[in-house]
Amino acid sequence: MNQILLMAANFALGCFVTGMVLAVYRLCTGPAMADRVLALDTMYINGMLILLTLGLRFNSALYFDIALLICIFGFVGSVAMAKFLLRGEVIEP
Amino acid sequence: MMPDLPVWAAAVIAFLLIVAGFFALTGSLGLLRLPDFYSRIHAPTLANTLAAFCLVVAILVAASFEQHRFVAHSLLVSFFLIITSPVTAMLLMRAAIKRQLRHELEEKNKALK
Repeated sequence: MNQILLMAANFALGCFVTGMVLAVYRLCTGPAMADRVLALDTMYINGMLILLTLGLRFNSALYFDIALLICIFGFVGSVAMAKFLLRGEVIEP
Repeated sequence: MMPDLPVWAAAVIAFLLIVAGFFALTGSLGLLRLPDFYSRIHAPTLANTLAAFCLVVAILVAASFEQHRFVAHSLLVSFFLIITSPVTAMLLMRAAIKRQLRHELEEKNKALK
């Protein structure tokens, strides 16, 4: 029975990695700056999903903590870049 | 490796994993294929909400069956994503609108000269 679980986890990993590659393509060729920030946002979400799936596949609790950290710091990074695009300065006096 | 789960729990987890992968792939494909930024920003929210939630529920089911009690700490990821992704989307949208307006203004000034 674990065979089907393993196959599903591998399928999900393949999907997430493909999504990450598509986001990298958009990151390289995005016409506007906001497109690139959006592609980075998608990339960190996909990386977090990859880590969660790896934690399920290898049955380890460590991956979950790393995924939580990526979730929080990815949000901070995206907001900082969006704020920079909006105002030209991240932390205003 | 994975613990030994009952058949129906393994089937549920496999189904949730496949649905999560499908949604994440659809979101990234939309990011690649849609024509302009304002429609492109809609696509990755599919991966933000649906794919992450399906994966989190799969992890919840697996951890609950492994430890023989209800383990809900994986819902934290979905909770953070639901809080934070609208903020990012709103800031990015405002930045895109402002930059486009500035660009149009420069074009108009150049046409006036």
